[in-house]
Amino acid sequence: MAADLKSLLVISRHPPAAQAAREALDLALAAAAFGVPVSLLFLDSGVMQLLKGQESALIKQKSLTANLKALPIFGVEDLFVCQHSLSERGLQSNQLLLPAKPVEGAEIAALLEQYDQVVTL
Amino acid sequence: MFESRLNVMKFAIALLAGPQDPAARSALSFAQAALDGGHQISRLFFYRDAVHLASDLAVQPQDESDIAREWREFISSNELDAVVCIAAALRRGVLNEAEASRWERPVANSGQPWVLSGLGQWVDAMQSADRAVTFGS
Repeated sequence: MAADLKSLLVISRHPPAAQAAREALDLALAAAAFGVPVSLLFLDSGVMQLLKGQESALIKQKSLTANLKALPIFGVEDLFVCQHSLSERGLQSNQLLLPAKPVEGAEIAALLEQYDQVVTL
Repeated sequence: MFESRLNVMKFAIALLAGPQDPAARSALSFAQAALDGGHQISRLFFYRDAVHLASDLAVQPQDESDIAREWREFISSNELDAVVCIAAALRRGVLNEAEASRWERPVANSGQPWVLSGLGQWVDAMQSADRAVTFGS
């Protein structure tokens, strides 16, 4: 195998009702476990995954918080969040449970250029 | 001749959407076109609701197309590696004989040509292919 390709996962589903949110994180953790450099971009309703203080147990769902907090441990350190998606939902970056870097539209375009593979989940 | 050989690409194709989603057909058409164009498909990976394609139990009305059957025939006739995410499949009740027995379920509804395996198979496919293409969301 050649040098590992850099992958960017774009997470655009909201938690925790959508199984999709968990399944996107599962791929990130699997890639990280294989030593593939992975970054995450939280976009659209995907930004809701990062919101602090979610009580998923109230709707009998397992919390994604532990999975999210495990990302740095697995070596997923580059986390980005779409500023526009945050603003649309009345959120600010200090309400997030992980230090994700806010990026604007043009920066997102530049960001996508830096990766060999982009997977949207 | 040698020149054109250089353009042969290895594709890894993932499908995320279920049988009812048009993406299931787009992915099949793309895969067929890739082979028709002389390219190779190193692996197909079925994730999320796409795992329903691996169920042998769905029945379509006679005058409607059966996308699951078309996928099955495409995979078998081209002897492709078709991996279904095992975690996504178990959650949605798509089990082969081994999993039905392991989890003590009364019936298995999946088997050849599908292979139940982990997400690592997708990661591996993306790393080794020239192009990784994802269909559906």
